[in-house]
Amino acid sequence: MNKAEANGVIGKSVKRVDAFDKVTGRAKYTDDLCDRSAYVAKILHSTIANGRVLSIDCSEAENVPGVVKIVTCFDVPKNYFPTAGHPWSTDPAHQDVSDRLLLTDRVRFYGDEVAAVVAEDEVAAAQALRAIRVEYEEYPVVLDVQEAMKDGAPQLHEEYPNNILKHTSIRNGNYEEAIQEPGLIKVEGWYDTPTVQHCHIENFICYAEEDAGKMKVVTSTQIPHIVRRVVGQALGIPWGKVRVIKPYVGGGFGNKQDVLYEPLCAYLSIQLGGRLVKLDVSREETFVCNRVRHAIRSHIISYVRPDGTFAARKLECFSNQGAYASHGHSIAAKGMGAFPQLYPCPNVEADAYTVFTNRPVAGAMRGYGIPQAMFAVESHTDDVARAIGMSPLAFRQKNLMPKGYVDHFSKNELYQDTFQQCMEKGRCYIDYDRKVKEYADQKGGIRRGIGLAAFWYNTAVWPISLETSACRMVLNQDGSVQVQVGETEIGQGADTAFTQMAADTLGVTMDKVYVLSSQDTDVTPFGTGAYASRQTYTAGFAIHQTALLLKEKILNYAHELTRMPASILELENGVIRRKSDGRELLSLEELATEAIYSLTHSEHMTAESTYQTKSNAYSFGCTIAEVEVDIPACKVKLLDIVNVHDCGRLINPSLAEAQVHGGMSMGIGFGLSEGLKFDEKTGKVLNNSLLDYKLSTCMDHPDLEGEFVENYEPTSVYGTKGLGEPPVCSVAPAIRNAVLQATGVAIDELPLNPHKLFERFQENGLV
Amino acid sequence: MYDIKALYEAESVSHAITLLKDHPQAQIIAGGSDVLVQIREGRRAGAELVSIYRLDELRGVTMEEDGTIRIGSLTSFSHITRDSIIQEYINVLGEAVDMVGGPQIRNIGTIGGNTCNGVTSADSASTLHAWDALVELTGPEGVRILPISDFYIRARKVDLRPAELQTAILIPKSSYEGYYGHYIKYAMRNAMDIATLGCSVNVKLSEDKRIIEDVRIAFGVAGPVPMRAIHAEEIAKGKVISGEVRDAFSRAVLEDISPRDSWRASKAFREHISQLLAGRALTEAILKAGGEIHE
Repeated sequence: MNKAEANGVIGKSVKRVDAFDKVTGRAKYTDDLCDRSAYVAKILHSTIANGRVLSIDCSEAENVPGVVKIVTCFDVPKNYFPTAGHPWSTDPAHQDVSDRLLLTDRVRFYGDEVAAVVAEDEVAAAQALRAIRVEYEEYPVVLDVQEAMKDGAPQLHEEYPNNILKHTSIRNGNYEEAIQEPGLIKVEGWYDTPTVQHCHIENFICYAEEDAGKMKVVTSTQIPHIVRRVVGQALGIPWGKVRVIKPYVGGGFGNKQDVLYEPLCAYLSIQLGGRLVKLDVSREETFVCNRVRHAIRSHIISYVRPDGTFAARKLECFSNQGAYASHGHSIAAKGMGAFPQLYPCPNVEADAYTVFTNRPVAGAMRGYGIPQAMFAVESHTDDVARAIGMSPLAFRQKNLMPKGYVDHFSKNELYQDTFQQCMEKGRCYIDYDRKVKEYADQKGGIRRGIGLAAFWYNTAVWPISLETSACRMVLNQDGSVQVQVGETEIGQGADTAFTQMAADTLGVTMDKVYVLSSQDTDVTPFGTGAYASRQTYTAGFAIHQTALLLKEKILNYAHELTRMPASILELENGVIRRKSDGRELLSLEELATEAIYSLTHSEHMTAESTYQTKSNAYSFGCTIAEVEVDIPACKVKLLDIVNVHDCGRLINPSLAEAQVHGGMSMGIGFGLSEGLKFDEKTGKVLNNSLLDYKLSTCMDHPDLEGEFVENYEPTSVYGTKGLGEPPVCSVAPAIRNAVLQATGVAIDELPLNPHKLFERFQENGLV
Repeated sequence: MYDIKALYEAESVSHAITLLKDHPQAQIIAGGSDVLVQIREGRRAGAELVSIYRLDELRGVTMEEDGTIRIGSLTSFSHITRDSIIQEYINVLGEAVDMVGGPQIRNIGTIGGNTCNGVTSADSASTLHAWDALVELTGPEGVRILPISDFYIRARKVDLRPAELQTAILIPKSSYEGYYGHYIKYAMRNAMDIATLGCSVNVKLSEDKRIIEDVRIAFGVAGPVPMRAIHAEEIAKGKVISGEVRDAFSRAVLEDISPRDSWRASKAFREHISQLLAGRALTEAILKAGGEIHE
């Protein structure tokens, strides 16, 4: 492909660098590292969804043996801070909303934090929580996004009338004029996605203590450098006084792209003179009191010509933010941004509203608004195709973003005919054409269907916000190197990909590269962390640039040792060669040993650099799903499913495939079974356990097929682009469209679980 | 870390009874897959526990001289599924308990715990009801034996007297000889779930396989406790196998069951699924018995 294949490391399914430690249990996660002497903190969550704490009686709780300290909302400073894991903006207009307190007397969702107990052990802490008495003044509750926008609805935040956190619009061409064209067919639909949770295996956990004059916080996070800043902001202490360490992380999926309880834990430690305090969140709390995916209701109107082209389109989307701003409008805005691009149309009106309600706080979650948008858009696409009598495949072939498309805002360009290539590959895998025919017009209780959906995604966050990555490489005496970046390993395999990149560019074998998995903000170069499917793309630039700097230093030193000009020297596979005749002059190991111990020129050889990324790359693909619907039983069985991705060149094909499998699994849950349920009156989450929240299991999946179209991404130094989030984006609408083909029933509200199917089949006279 | 006040380890059934007498507030713990969850939730926080888990005398499946199948109350689900007596005579019970939770739960969870927990969704309970199982209880006064339907009093309440423990589940020969059964667990996912509805049917066919000589059907989650659907049984009993009989049987379950609206599922949905499962389980049981439904 190009020189990137020099030592054959890139593009190979090498073993994960952390595989041995993880499968043997040696890998240390936050709880493994916390000293057993730690005090245990637990949080008292509100039992109303909207109102004010009038008083808190801790007298009984304070007498529980083992209780060390109880802090209530009346004790903490009124110092509002933001929690979103976005890069900070030095422009106040672009800063995240600061609306959180360590503990709050103004309760805005059922589960808000009103007090915290620190005890010698978790049993004492739990006993004390049960003994605390809270008196509330209750306000009316609003859970529905459109109800919350109405005049007279309960107001959550005074400064946001009608609970609208933000409203943004797109106006392309002239929608009103375009719809006057004679002969247009109007297709309209409402599409609803549920509130789902990330369900990473390792719940959020952190511990904090004062150490060497600093507040040290060890935490299960995707974003250590951002946590440092927010802990500083929340506690009103200099950011350099905060040291954040991120060990191995058992999954995050965006939930840990928010600052959760690190500030509270640090605050509690300070209240106890810097004593070690651990805050370990339960699964039940994770569901309610961390972050969830925004439930988004979308309204789409398309005016389409009988020949299958769009004349004009309109989108309104209402994003349920829950009680606090967190990542806020970015999610709905990203989804809306995809709308005019996926199916380019000259006349588009789009409006996105992000609205506060008394639900759990919505934040980042794998796909960042795109799974919701794709459910709406791709369900609607099948509705449009049916309305004009075109096949869903042909309609997409005609209308999806073509090769050469350029987005004028991001400057993103589609360099290849990605959509056609991906759909073609998926179609061959699943034998689409035959099955579409075979499954047409079925009768009987058991019917099969096949459905297709495409998705739009991009890589990283430029030009919406800062994209920067810094890397440090240190050469050891034996020719091996340590590599550090701020981009974090959270289970996805980033460290392995970074190792491959560093080995490739520097010219050493992989076993000589040690990527330091743990980030420590006092030591690790600045980087904003794992999100936006940015790790390989963004860190790739910094790793490449830094490896070249180190290589230059090495070759200059080789010049001293060999008296050959550096310009004719090359470092490959750990050996310095003379390019002119290919002769091996010395090994990197020999050079490295000499460089350290030389009596004439001793040098600790390092390189460090920052790369600011000012590009972005589309990462597109599609899903095809085949289902069997047992109509009387109201059940959908997934028979087969394939995702096809163009994420550029694969750095590590097996790891890429694993990403796709994980994302597909998440998409299957989103499509068929997952969703938080709320008590309509109280706003309480009813199913905040892994028993009642129907996360899908491997027994609910068919074989997951992940395929790739490897178009080299020209803007990337390694030809790669985002893959972390894309696999989840088009799964649910593909399943919905397959059920539509099987039964003729269009189900526009996720998940397609038996309860929903029962209602819709009843309405359609099928049961 | 669990909030447990004290744990007393029983060394024999009589020791367990003594411990329960000495600690009247104590909760019996066997595998712990329900009790520990309840302690963690806070519902039984601070409990005193009498553990019977080491009482191997309560483990295993045996056949008594009169043909009664005796299942020790501490027998784990995975043990029951793999047991040769179960497989030969009442395989459906092994199939039913193989649908409990996941492999780890099935290794630790016991059939005694499953029934004593008193919940309607227990995967063993509807099948045990359908087989007319008996429950053996041992207490200070000695041993008493109850039909399983009498053992369940109301949701989460079974007929366990002070210092009494369940020591076995018994299936008399007359209950299983010539009968073939089928259990359907209707849940929201294919593993790690509790039943939205459970339905267990067994049938005894005439020698020529044309007539339903006897049929028994029991449900879980169709009411506060597991229950039989007697009206449905009466309709099918003695009838020649047919699609109409099956459909009438299915419809008749509504006369017995009393599902409720809850956030987990609506009453209408449960009623619909109850009828569906009745028909499907009957069909399967008839097939297993060597019969066939001609539509």
